[in-house]
Amino acid sequence: MHIVVCIKQVPDSAQIRVHPVTNTIMRQGVPTIINPYDLFALEEALRLRDKFGGEVTVLTMGPPTAVESLRKALTFGADRAVLLTDRYFAGSDTLATSFALSMALKKIGAEFGDPAIIFTGKQTIDGDTAQVGPGIAKRLDRNQLTYVSKIVETDLVNRTITVERRAEGGVQVLQSRFPVLITMLEATNEMRRGSVENALKAARAEVVTWNAEAVGIEDLTQCGLRGSPTIVKKVFAPGGRTDEVQLVDNEGNPEARANALIDAIFARSPDVEKDLFDQAAHHF
Amino acid sequence: MIDEKFDAIVVGAGPSGNAAALVMAREGLNVLQIERGEYSGSKNVQGAILYADALEQIIPDFREDAPLERHVIEQRMWTMDDRSHTGMHYRSDDFNEDKPNRYTILRAQFDKWFSAKVREAGALLLCETTVTELVRDLKGKVIGVQTDRQGAPIMADIVVLAEGVNGLVGQRSGLREEVSPDSVALAVKEMHFLPREVVEARFNLKGNEGVVIEAMGTITKGMTGTGFLYTNEESISVGIGCIVSDMTESEVTPYELLDAFKKHPSIRPLLEGSECKEYAAHLIPEGGYNAIPKLHGDGWLVVGDAGQFVNAVHREGSNLAMTTGRLAAETVIELHRKREEMSEANLKRYLARLEDTFVMKDLKKYKGIPALLHGNKGNFFGTYPQLISQAMQTWFRVDGVDKKSKEKAIMKNFRETRTLRGMLGDAFKLARAWR
Repeated sequence: MHIVVCIKQVPDSAQIRVHPVTNTIMRQGVPTIINPYDLFALEEALRLRDKFGGEVTVLTMGPPTAVESLRKALTFGADRAVLLTDRYFAGSDTLATSFALSMALKKIGAEFGDPAIIFTGKQTIDGDTAQVGPGIAKRLDRNQLTYVSKIVETDLVNRTITVERRAEGGVQVLQSRFPVLITMLEATNEMRRGSVENALKAARAEVVTWNAEAVGIEDLTQCGLRGSPTIVKKVFAPGGRTDEVQLVDNEGNPEARANALIDAIFARSPDVEKDLFDQAAHHF
Repeated sequence: MIDEKFDAIVVGAGPSGNAAALVMAREGLNVLQIERGEYSGSKNVQGAILYADALEQIIPDFREDAPLERHVIEQRMWTMDDRSHTGMHYRSDDFNEDKPNRYTILRAQFDKWFSAKVREAGALLLCETTVTELVRDLKGKVIGVQTDRQGAPIMADIVVLAEGVNGLVGQRSGLREEVSPDSVALAVKEMHFLPREVVEARFNLKGNEGVVIEAMGTITKGMTGTGFLYTNEESISVGIGCIVSDMTESEVTPYELLDAFKKHPSIRPLLEGSECKEYAAHLIPEGGYNAIPKLHGDGWLVVGDAGQFVNAVHREGSNLAMTTGRLAAETVIELHRKREEMSEANLKRYLARLEDTFVMKDLKKYKGIPALLHGNKGNFFGTYPQLISQAMQTWFRVDGVDKKSKEKAIMKNFRETRTLRGMLGDAFKLARAWR
């Protein structure tokens, strides 16, 4: 079984700094990581491969430095890495990204075998849109299973997969035919530590590198900034909170203290008091 | 199964490990470098000053693309008491040369660059991999390493230990003792952001010129240590370090020291309006010549901080690290070419190379200094800086007292505080240790 995992190299959001003067995000010197949600997708793919055999290909679109993330994925045990990079892709939003990735996935299918499953993380930590996975599925005309929390069963004979999907208000158990695209939820598994052999292989591996032309993109207006209808109007750093902390008197029994606390909240935010009374009136 | 064997394994991707791996790989050796951090530089901390010469010997045209902050044109040496500093400054336009001599750098960026050069030269780098122990054959010769990743040991003709100050692999493998608390300093530092123009105006700099301040005195609260402040492109590195055994004795915490240093009336205005962006701490080997562990054996060599290669008096370390890494590599290359064994006897040539360079010559010259300063820390880091400040104050304050009386008062203060004999003794010991 051939599985492709789409990953993204993102700035480590825990270490992002805002330039004190220009108020822009300082990307320089911020370490990059594999989008954490993608790691759950990768681990799930590796588990399926270990169980059923086959190959795992990791694919990313990004600047040439994104090769670091691919190499890391290889260290975890992926078999092949593909980097899609071209200056024409710069500034891509989710529409343009899913277009470029779907073209690369077609080429991967042609060169290395059509993937039964394409995995992505549920979303990235820098864009947070959760649109690229479904965008790829639509463009490749695949079934999509999003927000998957567990893979229940994989049936290679009938070419179906059964998963649990976290939905609003409950868990859905869904089954789909191959080929399918799955976006994985967080905390669904724990990424393995690659062996010495994996690490050595990864350090040596030649990463397959394709540009727009290589994946057969002829219409460059669908790529990068030109192919992206999304417009970033403004980037700003939210100011620090100016509210002061108020300590409520810590004397008396729990009831007296709770009352003191509620009084303090109502005194500060009369709206809250009004809302609560309205709601209470509504109930009775 | 890993059935291949490397010509050399380098443990660690700091300056010494990168130097060793680069030089060997460039000469065609099959080199594997193993780093426990996420990338080269992720675990590394330094002030940090880059001394061009040592790097030039390895990468002659490093200035073309290395991430450098500012070249140093001014050195300020300060002795401080709680409210003042007495300084000796040297600034020269000669340092504005085509190939400047010293630079301030940010290690995380610099090490990444250095590591890329190592890989370009053909060495293989495994990150996030910790060497747990050395593997030996029946005769005790080191023949490879075991890592914390699942799998068989990785074999090599020689293991170069560039593992840093703690020397844990060497220790676990019985090659060396645990580092003694009185031969390492714990240094803490912060990086403070300041706009480029402010740095330049505040330190009287143009373009990429930079200033270095090295300070000693009551800032270390009677402990053996020094403080520093370096100008980067748009930030300032400020830090302080003391010998670990002094810290455990005094129970002063590193952050208290750094906080007090930053609040010192001579330092505070230099940091005014800045924003702390990063803090870090690291051990520095400062035991000098007498603390150097065994550096070679059958199948292994030690380079960099792991070999205690730091000249504490001159605040030099990374240049010794790069130089020892290069010399170890050259030794290995020579043996490899002649198809000679990496035996203890043959690897002794590394020691001979070390003796020929500034590395051992300088460490030998100052071998008595660490013990002298540490043994007299109260005087060198407390009494004398205070006496110097008091003398300066007496001398420069114009208050109607005649100069002759001022001279007498200064001399009296020195004599009463430290006795003539004590001072002569200190001067004599210092002169002897300096020789």
